[in-house]
Amino acid sequence: MGAAASLTASFTELGDAFMAANPGTTVAFDFASSSDVVKGINEGAPTDVFASADTKNMDKLVGGIGVAADPVTFATNELQIIVAKGNPKGITGVADLANPDLLVVACSPDVPIGNYTQQMFDAAGVKVTPVSLEENVKGIVTKVTLGEADAGVVYRTDVLAAADRAEGVDIPDDINVTAIYPIAVTKDAANADLANAFLVYVLSADGQSILQQYGFGAP
Amino acid sequence: MNRRDRAQRPPAAAVALALVAIAFFALPFAGLLWRVPWSRLWEVLSTSEVRTALRLSLVTSLIAAVLSLLFGVPLAWVLARVHFPGRRFVRALCTLSMVLPPVVGGVALFFSFGRRGLFGRWLDSWFGITLPFSTAGVVMAQTFVAMPFLVLTVEAALRQHDGRVDDAARTLGGSRWYVFRRVTLPSVRPALVAGAVLAWARALGEFGATITFAGNSPGRTQTMPLAIYLALESDPEAALVLSLVMIAVSFGVLAGLRERWMGDPR
Repeated sequence: MGAAASLTASFTELGDAFMAANPGTTVAFDFASSSDVVKGINEGAPTDVFASADTKNMDKLVGGIGVAADPVTFATNELQIIVAKGNPKGITGVADLANPDLLVVACSPDVPIGNYTQQMFDAAGVKVTPVSLEENVKGIVTKVTLGEADAGVVYRTDVLAAADRAEGVDIPDDINVTAIYPIAVTKDAANADLANAFLVYVLSADGQSILQQYGFGAP
Repeated sequence: MNRRDRAQRPPAAAVALALVAIAFFALPFAGLLWRVPWSRLWEVLSTSEVRTALRLSLVTSLIAAVLSLLFGVPLAWVLARVHFPGRRFVRALCTLSMVLPPVVGGVALFFSFGRRGLFGRWLDSWFGITLPFSTAGVVMAQTFVAMPFLVLTVEAALRQHDGRVDDAARTLGGSRWYVFRRVTLPSVRPALVAGAVLAWARALGEFGATITFAGNSPGRTQTMPLAIYLALESDPEAALVLSLVMIAVSFGVLAGLRERWMGDPR
């Protein structure tokens, strides 16, 4: 199964729970950025299920090797400002990020979250000049938790995963962007029955409660 | 065919294995060339982002190569000629960055030269110098991973170099510096060139330490490898075109320099 990097922790736990509930089955994951995963699948990497961090990359699968049934949304995520523990710069909201003395890191508009971040800045009417346009959220988390950058825009789940090394500053709903996570069984999946069972498990109450522990919202 | 040629002809098995090796290196490039969207070549290359990234890559990698020469040659000489306790450990230390995953190298640079780093905090508070997110940070990351290639190459050559020649030059009245410059260095010139080119090529392709330590900011820290990696996310065809440019530049230099400078017989 191929999954977006932002699902690493939650899907590892989902996989373990699924294997415990279905003795004799094995779930193996390939975690990378959604675009890398879908590229791999379309180039022939054997994959039964694909969980994407956005609809755009899921569309690449639909238009690529194809899906067994229409993708379904299994989780949502939203943006949050990540700052060092204790919020030393006293950042209270998006408007503060426009301060030129702050070192702000964001993701490149080439990746989904960078695109969402730009939408969010536009909606807030704030002009932010990041010192770095990272390729993935991990780069932002590293730079903020090491204290080299003052703030960054990441998913709420990333702030939660950074646990005691960082904290989040909420972004109001009216300017925030909701990221949609779709999942689908690939066309001609080698283990179609098991793949469908896993998909059902992710959408079940048990599966959803695991995802919510990691900060994901309901579909 | 005279007798000498026949004697130099390698065994068939070696030729067969060498051909496999050549295919191993050639096929990925063939695969790449096959996918390059030739019709979009000019469109991609004419964008200002690409030219900016290419210029930044060339400038920073050349500075990294010069810095590697400036500091790496004396280091190689010390490692090859000076006997001191712990020399093996110093050599291992100075080449560790070759085996370190570059991302870890970038984080290590943060820990030492970042604004919260062991030394970086003093640079920041005393001189107002912050290396992360700067072009200087790019050069630093590149030099960090590239210099060992020069050091190892030059050190190996200096070990092969017959020290008695230097001694003879000294007895003829040459100063230490004169002998080093006019006798020792010329005798290892092929290794100097090879080492400098290796270091330059490594610096040009540097990705992990750069994006970690210097970040990705067009015009300031976005080198070609970073631009290529990001383009892979949004426009894979453009990424192929950019890769082609890097391959062409590196291939030209590697193929061109060897014959002219490296004592190649032909």
